[in-house]
Amino acid sequence: MGLFDKFKRGLAKSRDALFGRLTGLFHGRKLDEALYEELEEVLLAADVGFETAMWLVERVRRLAREQKATDGSELPGLLQQAMEEALEDNDPSMKVAETGPSLYLFVGVNGVGKTTSIGKLAHHFKAEGKKVLVAAGDTFRAAAIEQLMEWGNRSGVDVIRHTQGADPAAVIYDAIAAARARSADVILCDTAGRLHNKANLMAELAKIHKVVERELPGAPHEVLLVVDGTTGQNALLQAKSFLEVANVTGMIVTKLDGTAKGGVLLPIVREFHIPVKWVGLGEQMDDLEPFSPKAFAEAICQAPESAS
Amino acid sequence: MLEGLSNNLQKALSKLKSKGKLTESDVQEAMREVRLALLAADVNVRIVKQFVDKVRERAIGQDVQKSLTPGQQVVKIVHEELTELMGGSEERLRMAAKPPTVVMLVGLQGAGKTTAAAKLALSFVKHQHRPLMVAADIYRPAAIHQLEVLGGQINVPVFQMGTDVDPVTIATSGIEEARKQGADVVIIDTAGRLHVDAPLMEELARIHQAVPADELLLVIDAMTGQDAVHVAESFSQALPVTGVILTKLDGDTRGGAALTVRAVTGRPIKFVGLGEKIEALEVFHPDRLASRILGMGDVLSLIERA
Ligand SMILES: Nc1nc2c(ncn2[C@@H]2O[C@H](COP(=O)(O)OP(=O)(O)OP(=O)(O)O)[C@@H](O)[C@H]2O)c(=O)[nH]1
Ligand SMILES: Nc1nc2c(ncn2[C@@H]2O[C@H](COP(=O)(O)OP(=O)(O)OP(=O)(O)O)[C@@H](O)[C@H]2O)c(=O)[nH]1
Ligand SMILES: [Mg+2]
Ligand SMILES: [Mg+2]
Repeated sequence: MGLFDKFKRGLAKSRDALFGRLTGLFHGRKLDEALYEELEEVLLAADVGFETAMWLVERVRRLAREQKATDGSELPGLLQQAMEEALEDNDPSMKVAETGPSLYLFVGVNGVGKTTSIGKLAHHFKAEGKKVLVAAGDTFRAAAIEQLMEWGNRSGVDVIRHTQGADPAAVIYDAIAAARARSADVILCDTAGRLHNKANLMAELAKIHKVVERELPGAPHEVLLVVDGTTGQNALLQAKSFLEVANVTGMIVTKLDGTAKGGVLLPIVREFHIPVKWVGLGEQMDDLEPFSPKAFAEAICQAPESAS
Repeated sequence: MLEGLSNNLQKALSKLKSKGKLTESDVQEAMREVRLALLAADVNVRIVKQFVDKVRERAIGQDVQKSLTPGQQVVKIVHEELTELMGGSEERLRMAAKPPTVVMLVGLQGAGKTTAAAKLALSFVKHQHRPLMVAADIYRPAAIHQLEVLGGQINVPVFQMGTDVDPVTIATSGIEEARKQGADVVIIDTAGRLHVDAPLMEELARIHQAVPADELLLVIDAMTGQDAVHVAESFSQALPVTGVILTKLDGDTRGGAALTVRAVTGRPIKFVGLGEKIEALEVFHPDRLASRILGMGDVLSLIERA
């Protein structure tokens, strides 16, 4: 299976809903104003947001002029180019500590897929031959610790935990000590879901961030904001707030195996320069893929049969 | 909640409010801004179009009412159409003539079903009912444990059969257990699933066939974007959904889902979730929310009197 086969398969449903329609709609028509207006609507329906939709349509218009494209059937290809350009600077690589363990902190609003993504990444890093530790930093939600332990069992990775109600910073402190003692390579830290407009919870996150910085120089090596791919424009507010308190360095966009297009990642990357590192495409251990702008744009823009 | 939409709509309409006379271009301009405000709030593109067309048509063709300026009349029209879009008046849960009343919760992953199960259970307890929660999610890691912890917090029993039994069997056994215990309400928590996952959607239909629910509630995250329309359509086509619970409205959500879901399913939003705490559930009032969105207490009371 090629690197992005699953990604494309996962997005096939989105594609059917979006550009299955697109290709059908635009085939045999002239590239004119009416068509661009329809393109804007299609983009809005993909959660791209008004400004980025306008930006993309403008890019497509320019590309069409440059390439002297006149036929509607060329639109998906042009849009793909425009999207790839919008995501040009997206660097999906994960920063690694020069010495000692790399610590990755996972943050986000409730129910987006933080714990599940940690389970998947624990498996991923372990398969790369790394020694992985997971810190059960969500001490708030009912059965959050048990959920993470079940993921630990699946991938054969140790989970550092306290009991429900404990101080999350203390759990992560312990995980750092354990990682040193056991010479672990990677520490994945779960945190409780919190809405970005709850000041006290955001302050708690800032505190966790500070403890990590103090206890492990250079850490956190990545702060990953997990965003539910079905989220609309609210995701922009999430990115802004989490960026402020926890210095977010990357994104994981989950649940792209449904009909949601995850289009909101485009304005987030454009406005906040937070790169997408991974995408979630299901509930199983292997359902996580590194993000590729090309695969994303192609999977969204091209009809299934022409996707190579 | 809904501040963004509220601010933008108010901005769009404030210019009209003070005008004594409205030209067609005044209305066009305002409708353009209303459109953008609704889109920024994640209201479905299709619905935005219908909404704006309807308001525009009514606004241009309006009869002159002496007590209101034309601008105020447009506000009144928007308010009426918003309320209508969200379903008119509030709706309560339907109780079975012969107990136990069965309530089943369905929805996408992470929408808030398990939390909503406990919230509903607590509200039933407060109304002198004896609920039993049934753990029919055999897929998500520690789902049963989560329901048991929540049940423990509110002293509501949880029925479970582990993760190796078919959810249909768990549901039917749960009803038997409720009869045995004398519980008069059964709340079934199901696993999150995608609306395009045919086998899992089929599983819900089988559960509903075995234990017909008096209330089959679709749980939807209020932060959902344009996809809300697909989710609402698919679930309500596959199952006889009776109502909606909209969760996480305590965020600064744009709330488009609230405006979209009712229009798509034709089913009322019955409750809203306003936090992670088990008490954080409220009955949904469409008219109040519409007023809050428009945030025009003075104008609205004027309109009510007109
Ligand atoms: N279909 C699909 N489901 C996913 C994906 N990622 C996570 N989920 C599901 O989404 C639900 C919530 O995932 P969690 O990992 O518990 O989310 P969380 O962010 O840790 O949630 P809280 O800790 O409660 O804030 C679970 O049912 C997961 O199985 C994905 O990529 N695709
Ligand atoms: N802020 C807020 N959080 C909520 C609300 N309702 C649920 N949550 C949180 O959202 C997350 C997911 O809730 P669950 O009840 O586990 O969702 P679910 O639909 O059962 O998830 P799955 O079983 O994985 O499909 C948890 O962190 C809850 O605490 C709400 O109204 N407001
Ligand atoms: Mg979690
Ligand atoms: Mg659940």
